[in-house]
Amino acid sequence: MPVPAGTGLSRRSFLSRSAGMALAVYGASAMGPQVFEDGIAAAQAAPAQPVLVSVFLSGGADSLSVLAPTGHPRYSQLRPTLALGAGEGTAFSEDTSLRWHPSAAGLAALHGEGKVTTFPAIGYADANQSHFTSRHFWEVGELNPFGRVGWLGRFLDQHGTDDNPLQGLSLGYDLAPALATGGKPVAAVAQVDDYDFWSPGVWGPIPDPMLDEFGRQGSLATADPALAAARGATAATGRLRDQLEPFQSGYSTPGGVTYPPNNSFARRLGGLAAMLDADLPLKAVALEAPGGYDTHSDQASSLPNNLKQTCDSLLAFQRDVEARGLADRVLVNVWSEFGRRPGENGSGTDHGAAGASFVIGSRARGQMVGEFPGLTTLDSESNLRHTSDFRALYCSLLEQWFDVDAASIVPGASGFSRPQLVD
Amino acid sequence: MPPPPRPPAPPATPVSPLAVYNGTFGVRQAERLLWRAGFGPSPGHAEALARGGVVNAVRSLTRPSGAATLTGPEPKDSDGNALAPGDAWGHDHLWWLDRMVRTNQPLVERMALVWHDWFATSDGGVGDQDLMLGQNALLRRSAFGSFEQLVLDLTADPAMIRWLNQDENSKRNPNENYARELMELFTLGADRGAYTEDDVRELARALTGWESDWSAELGHHNFRYVPTRHDDASKTVFGASGNFGWEDACRMCVRHSQHPSYFVDRLWRYFIATPPSAGDRAKLEQAYRSSGYQVRPVLEAILMHPQLHAGPKMVKPPVVLIAGMLRALRRGVDSDSWRWLAEGAGQKLFWPPDVAGWDENRWLDTSTIRGRWSIVSEGLRDRYLQGDALSSYDAAETPEQAVAAARAFWGDPPLTSEAVGSLTSFAQSCLPVSMATWEQHQYRGLRQNALRQLVGCGPDSQVC
Repeated sequence: MPVPAGTGLSRRSFLSRSAGMALAVYGASAMGPQVFEDGIAAAQAAPAQPVLVSVFLSGGADSLSVLAPTGHPRYSQLRPTLALGAGEGTAFSEDTSLRWHPSAAGLAALHGEGKVTTFPAIGYADANQSHFTSRHFWEVGELNPFGRVGWLGRFLDQHGTDDNPLQGLSLGYDLAPALATGGKPVAAVAQVDDYDFWSPGVWGPIPDPMLDEFGRQGSLATADPALAAARGATAATGRLRDQLEPFQSGYSTPGGVTYPPNNSFARRLGGLAAMLDADLPLKAVALEAPGGYDTHSDQASSLPNNLKQTCDSLLAFQRDVEARGLADRVLVNVWSEFGRRPGENGSGTDHGAAGASFVIGSRARGQMVGEFPGLTTLDSESNLRHTSDFRALYCSLLEQWFDVDAASIVPGASGFSRPQLVD
Repeated sequence: MPPPPRPPAPPATPVSPLAVYNGTFGVRQAERLLWRAGFGPSPGHAEALARGGVVNAVRSLTRPSGAATLTGPEPKDSDGNALAPGDAWGHDHLWWLDRMVRTNQPLVERMALVWHDWFATSDGGVGDQDLMLGQNALLRRSAFGSFEQLVLDLTADPAMIRWLNQDENSKRNPNENYARELMELFTLGADRGAYTEDDVRELARALTGWESDWSAELGHHNFRYVPTRHDDASKTVFGASGNFGWEDACRMCVRHSQHPSYFVDRLWRYFIATPPSAGDRAKLEQAYRSSGYQVRPVLEAILMHPQLHAGPKMVKPPVVLIAGMLRALRRGVDSDSWRWLAEGAGQKLFWPPDVAGWDENRWLDTSTIRGRWSIVSEGLRDRYLQGDALSSYDAAETPEQAVAAARAFWGDPPLTSEAVGSLTSFAQSCLPVSMATWEQHQYRGLRQNALRQLVGCGPDSQVC
């Protein structure tokens, strides 16, 4: 149903809702109401876009804790202090030699509903054990330390638009490197309901033209790269402010959906669900899970809480998009830069190779990709061997979820398998 | 007998192994130097530096005499109380920010900030502000000296020991965390072929032996080296074998043939936007090596280099922006807000995002630009026109005069002509076409407030 002009939405909020319908509304203030009504009716008839949400577990999450290989003979020997206790957690139905950590109960519940596609040992050959290099490989979608464009950024460069920074949205204080494009605008916002621009002693007729001028300062041309970066970010900030204005008075979460309290990750996911519900034109979203997973020491005290906050939030988000009727167009990918070494170091674990990744959503196929490789034979550096490649995961996401050709986005795409991730 | 030939005069010690900037060195150039090597000009500083020329200007920063003096009001929290940097949450950030604002040795603080990024240690892992401040003092006194000594001192520094788990790295349970980052991030760099995974494991063994005690009352304390925790068997690192200890490990990394290139390149990038030429890089590496791994000669050459003074601009890091703004406003640290405002712009001191430090290429995005807007808004708190100043504001002020007044408010920062032109158009068009008499005054005052915000946080003011 078209939104009639003058229903209490300000000019900017009307603009953002229009943009949300994937119909560009340039110079909207110059258009008559009938143009809006026709345009929004047309936009509502257009199919909604699929959205991919990338969730990064920073530091190298210990996959042998998330899915503990309790049925493998060397497990208790490699993990004398960190092994799950007998009967702890729940069995992983697809391979009962593995058990979900009790703190991953949210993920286990979704897996039980067939909404989690699990990669129990994902990685790449000759795994790099530097946080920064290995994370970078995952971000750029290739084993190239010098890549400057993220894999999702490359997708947006080819399939995004020139005027919509929301198409690639980082929920956090920084732009997620996976979303870094070669040219198309992308955005970062810490909290969607906290994006106002206030200035002391500026009121009456002045704030609107002041904010317009702020954006215009960003649109001025310059040959200096740093100044161009500052102006480009300023211009993107001005556009994003327009798009997020409807959320500045807060958003509501459907009844029965409960996010963990005092958790900015959960709050970001809740805001994301509201943005999707408002038809804001998002394609790729990235955020970091709470806490750090670089558990060189005291793993038993730090990992469970971080894992629980993460998995409980992901469960709440799935329930949120289900309640809003959006679940068929949202897919979440959870990943980390590597797994950790099977042999513990006393109270923690050092950097390893293969780790775990998950694809979550109502349309996720829910069938494991690659087997758990066991602990009897480790790689030459005593790390877990990989049985799936992150670039194959990306190729499948691009082709099966976004319905685009992976060949121009993931270098060497033809050499990777295409595991079936979604139904 | 002919007089003995006079010995040739010793060659004058060159000022720098590289070219020295020989263009105009006026106030604008001195301002850029103060932004790059400090926190922007305090009133009058750039004019004083410009009078002495570039070499003297650089040396006045790199060769300060005696202890720093802090000028201006003592820092306070939002309740007007003195700071408790070791105890009160966030006061560590305020305490260091205050030094950046008030010191007469800005490069000392700026180098401490460089080292804080280079050897990025977060209180998120250390959990003890006193230990963080202890490391901060070490970074400050190591501003210009021996890099090798800095690496040795940091390896024995309690905050670092906690941060990278050196007190859990023992003969029985080697922990690779410090060994890896010592090579990857502190001295050699990743993906350059400087070391192997075997080197990581062997160096970790060489670094074993540290320990600390823990109690509920004191937290981690009594950091010490315990020989029985050290693995004293032979190790093979970088192809050499021996019974290496932690000091050997540090020295082997700094004396590694690929360390000078890593050091020179990384230090350069903190100050200059474009990379050094191959020739300049080689000369700096040579100067660094022959000085016995001293920081100052390399730093001076970088700060005098033409690419700094005539090359492209750089983005101001968030705390540099804040400290510089407070300097320009002659305002001291008087609010807790500066901690969370800096965080919103992407830089909370003592809390770098991870051991790789802040990503200098990603200071600016839609989240952090909004954070910078809020920083300027807070800077203008108590500095905007209100009350009588509004109702009696000059009703005849022209757009050009309005922009000039806003620039003067900020101490005349450099703005491009296109930015000034756009601001002037705004000043022309932002007022209603017809205004009552009181609005003629009031709205021009509001316009001035808006222009102060726009000059302070427009893109031109984010770079130097």
